[in-house]
Amino acid sequence: MNNITKELLQAVSDYSDGYKDAYSIRENGCCVDRKSTDHIKIESKAGEPGLVIHILSGTKGERVSIPACVTHGNVDDLVYNDFYVGEGADVLIVAGCGVHVETGEPARHSGIHRFFVGKNAHVVYQEKHIGAGSGAGIRSIDPVTEITLEEGSELEMDSLQLGGVDQTLRRTTAVLEKGAHLIIRERILTDGEQQAKTDFTVEMNGADSSVNLISRSVAKGNSHQIYRSKIIGNAPCAGHSECDAIIVDKGRVDAAPELTANHEDAALIHEAAIGKIAGEQIMKLRTLGLTEEEAEAKIVAGFLK
Amino acid sequence: MLSLNQISWAAPGGGRILQGIDLVVPDQKLVVITGPNGGGKTTLAKLIAGLEKPDSGQILLDGQNITDFDITQRAKAGISYAFQQPVRFKGLTVADLLELAAGRKLSEHAACDYLIRVGLCAREYIHREVNATLSGGEIKRIELATVLARHTRLTIFDEPEAGIDLWSFHNLIGVFKEMQEDLKGSMIIISHQERILSIADEIIVIADGKVSAHGPAAGMLPQLLNEESGCEQCPKKEIVYCGGGRDE
Repeated sequence: MNNITKELLQAVSDYSDGYKDAYSIRENGCCVDRKSTDHIKIESKAGEPGLVIHILSGTKGERVSIPACVTHGNVDDLVYNDFYVGEGADVLIVAGCGVHVETGEPARHSGIHRFFVGKNAHVVYQEKHIGAGSGAGIRSIDPVTEITLEEGSELEMDSLQLGGVDQTLRRTTAVLEKGAHLIIRERILTDGEQQAKTDFTVEMNGADSSVNLISRSVAKGNSHQIYRSKIIGNAPCAGHSECDAIIVDKGRVDAAPELTANHEDAALIHEAAIGKIAGEQIMKLRTLGLTEEEAEAKIVAGFLK
Repeated sequence: MLSLNQISWAAPGGGRILQGIDLVVPDQKLVVITGPNGGGKTTLAKLIAGLEKPDSGQILLDGQNITDFDITQRAKAGISYAFQQPVRFKGLTVADLLELAAGRKLSEHAACDYLIRVGLCAREYIHREVNATLSGGEIKRIELATVLARHTRLTIFDEPEAGIDLWSFHNLIGVFKEMQEDLKGSMIIISHQERILSIADEIIVIADGKVSAHGPAAGMLPQLLNEESGCEQCPKKEIVYCGGGRDE
């Protein structure tokens, strides 16, 4: 494992000379280190690059980390990881990704993650993405997340991309059965000429299922963000999505939330707000002694915290 | 000491709001500015804090001409301003705001102390976002706490009673009394409330863009209060301004 990988791992997955629990580290398309535990089994996938991760029923309080790093240009890494979370398990899954380029050649990582969450299991899934290095090569991260939530299960997804990624296309789909709950918190910062596209489709098929989708983004420089969300209620269910975007400089944001109720007891709500930082917010922080630039930086940092 | 000399200000494209205001706020004093709505009180507060610039006249703080200082420079010169409608922030927590106000990292104990002083349960609020989920009374108290955390030599409160419930208001008076006892600088409170007027050292009445009366509270208050002025159906005591409208 090279030093750039170690730095990226620290940035995306709290790496500190290894991980306590189960893990698999991917570097430039190859697995460089891996550990299973008594309750979490990580195996190579047959027929395509990637992993099959089995989290045994009843596993509580454990973490599995599967970070992936690309440390130079001219790499196009595609990986398929499947997570099977047993009944009643309660775990943290961390899947950060860092792409570092020092040349003019492009580098890309695309992780296709499928989650099969068993009855009454609870999963916190964190993915943090960064781009690094001084090269002009385009850094791309294109994650695909497919979530299947069985009866009574819950998944909380925290997705964070705070800079350096030139292009990203993030697609997330989820299917919820009876009493399942999904929470997605997405935060994205783009700058310069960067582009970010996010696309969520959540289908609630079971009674008393719910989704809460919260997206906060900041588009600076000439960057462009496109947000799409589609929440479909096919049963008595509750769906809420909230999309807030701050525009700085010449940034652009398109937001197209969509709600579809196919059942009379499907309660779906969407809230969206796009605009510059409110002048009164900057004014308030200036009355506390901050300059206009300091106030703007604090407001953006707080918004994406 | 804060001095305003011949301050005038006109609304962009509108009429003249303030005309030739002369006033002095002495050190160690609590001065309440009152008067009818639309008389220019909030504009005056904004001019002092730098949120608006006067068309003419001078503002001096301890003899230093701060007329051309912007908002940040005024804050650094020692002026704090509590907004009438406190601003909400998605993402910034109460602790964040208190640290920005204090200009330094605060221990949880120190941050909580400011909240306790304004009557909030510190544990419940310290990590909450300063967003739309806070009630009018809650955010008003947090606004007060940020001003307390600044410890500046001049603090301006723009209608602290606006938007808060009676219970919060009762406690608010206690906060001001405590600040008054502990006063290291001067306080200006813009208010219509008799109970706030009653704790003032001096009262200034602004009406029609001018200072219509100014003097020690002991002498001014009886003039301002007209117990006969309430209508027969409304026994509530109200304040009537000389030459101005009626307000509560």
